[in-house]
Amino acid sequence: MTLTILGAGVCGLAVATELTRRGALVELIDPTGGPGERSCSWWAGGMLAPFCESETAEEPVTRLGLEAADWWQSAGVEVARRGSLVVALNRDRGELDRFARRTTQHRLLSGDEVKKTEQSLASRFDRALLFETEAHIDPRHALTTLRDNLAAQGTPVLRDGEPAGIIIDCTGLAARDHLPDLRGVRGEMAILRAPEVSLTRPVRLLHPRHPLYIVPRRDGHFMLGATQIESDSRGPATLRSTVELLSAAYALDPGFAEAEVVQIGADARPAFPDNLPRIRRRNGRIFVNGLFRHGFLLAPAMARMVAELVLDGRKPEVMDEDHGEWRAA
Amino acid sequence: MPVFYGREVASPLMLGTAQYPSPAILAEAFRRSGAGIATVSLRREGAGGAGAAFWQLIRDLDVPVLPNTAGCHSVREAITTAHMAREVFGTDWIKLEVIGHPDTLQPDPFGLVEAARILTEDGFKVFPYMTEDGILAGRLLDAGCEVLMPWGAPIGTGIGLMNPYALRTLRAQFPDVPMVIDAGLGLPSHAAAAMEMGFDAVLLNTAVAKAGDPAAMAEAFALALRAGQMARKADPMPPREMASPSTPQIGLAVLA
Repeated sequence: MTLTILGAGVCGLAVATELTRRGALVELIDPTGGPGERSCSWWAGGMLAPFCESETAEEPVTRLGLEAADWWQSAGVEVARRGSLVVALNRDRGELDRFARRTTQHRLLSGDEVKKTEQSLASRFDRALLFETEAHIDPRHALTTLRDNLAAQGTPVLRDGEPAGIIIDCTGLAARDHLPDLRGVRGEMAILRAPEVSLTRPVRLLHPRHPLYIVPRRDGHFMLGATQIESDSRGPATLRSTVELLSAAYALDPGFAEAEVVQIGADARPAFPDNLPRIRRRNGRIFVNGLFRHGFLLAPAMARMVAELVLDGRKPEVMDEDHGEWRAA
Repeated sequence: MPVFYGREVASPLMLGTAQYPSPAILAEAFRRSGAGIATVSLRREGAGGAGAAFWQLIRDLDVPVLPNTAGCHSVREAITTAHMAREVFGTDWIKLEVIGHPDTLQPDPFGLVEAARILTEDGFKVFPYMTEDGILAGRLLDAGCEVLMPWGAPIGTGIGLMNPYALRTLRAQFPDVPMVIDAGLGLPSHAAAAMEMGFDAVLLNTAVAKAGDPAAMAEAFALALRAGQMARKADPMPPREMASPSTPQIGLAVLA
């Protein structure tokens, strides 16, 4: 059986990795040459935070997301299992209570405990929620690790090639011609280098207007994210979004004042109307799409389900259409 | 049911379309509440028609759309956004927001009157988001507005009707102008109170979108609006200083 995977973003790379791991021969085609600025996952935060996400996401996101941390680790990606922290400014204390009510697997920290957990937040936050079991990864490191491991096993990302056999389309928004109910949700982010800031785990700042998360990366780098705008635009970040992100970061930790702004980026996440992912068989292809803001959290479970579908003929729970145009060989 | 610029709408509930967990949940909130109007913002989503997919989901709700100029801080921005909205949604209705302060999001009354005049002259049917000030109301009517949208409280606060005295005065001052309480409502009881005061409709977004179960909260608001409307029509008793037992004292058994 020949399998062709289209798209070398987080979804396509995870599917290729999972299928290869199960002994299948795959071909991976991406006209951009593989993970990079043209994939929306390049701009992601990399939080593996199934419980925090349950504040707004529906149940499958949390359950399927539980597979993520172990999968990434088994794929050779460095996974930081330090939990995540959620804080609110004093005037928005009600937001923290609301967040606590709508999520599970957290512990309320007192001011002293905040100090022990993240020293630099101590003076500004006398309460925080700690989600101990959550983790984070560096998305660019994760994507290039999958790409390199696949290449080492004889599956490099091909810039062009003729799709053969079963085609698994993981091209995100580029698949819109086939998936008319797919839409883009724009996100804007920034990468800062701030040697004065000592945060060691993702921190979410609950703010009624400008919610923000900060994810620590290597060598004093931090990722700030992310806006969520109902727009397909993949153009550069706007001034308003940038100002809001940067000033929220400064409110969280004034140590960001002297940070170097390394990069400001923007892209659009592919999403279906319920913001849940889908596997869909249509037009002679298997589409894996709609991972929305949960690319790194959900790609492992989506990859497992695709493998079960094509190798074992098992219908996945997130499959919403099956026109039977293709049968397992 | 309320009539705005000659068009009757199906419900006194007007719902915003921002901040829901997903468009599917947004649609469910409209379905369960029977909301009569959907408001939608264009300012941030607008560039180059990039919000088209979401706007199509709004059109699919199959209720009249009232585009707004949310996020506009100047007359010029508001006018540009209004023109874009007219093109995108094919309606001359526009909910006019001209924000005067970035923190409180209080409307700028001066910019509001100026923008309302320009837009009315240009054929728009303007729904101005305003404070509860009666003088401002008069100026907006002079500028050509036929609907007024006084705030209950600042946008997104959920406080409810902050200044009931001024709202009652405004209602009494312009008894024939359709008026919508816009912004600041947090609970269905706030919406019921607005209807009991004689307002024609309410517009809300955050109270529904940020509830744990948005669709259930939207329905709760719809029920409260019905209750308030019914109570208004039933001519409520006035408050009294003197206690008045509903069962007469005379004739009760005397248990000495």
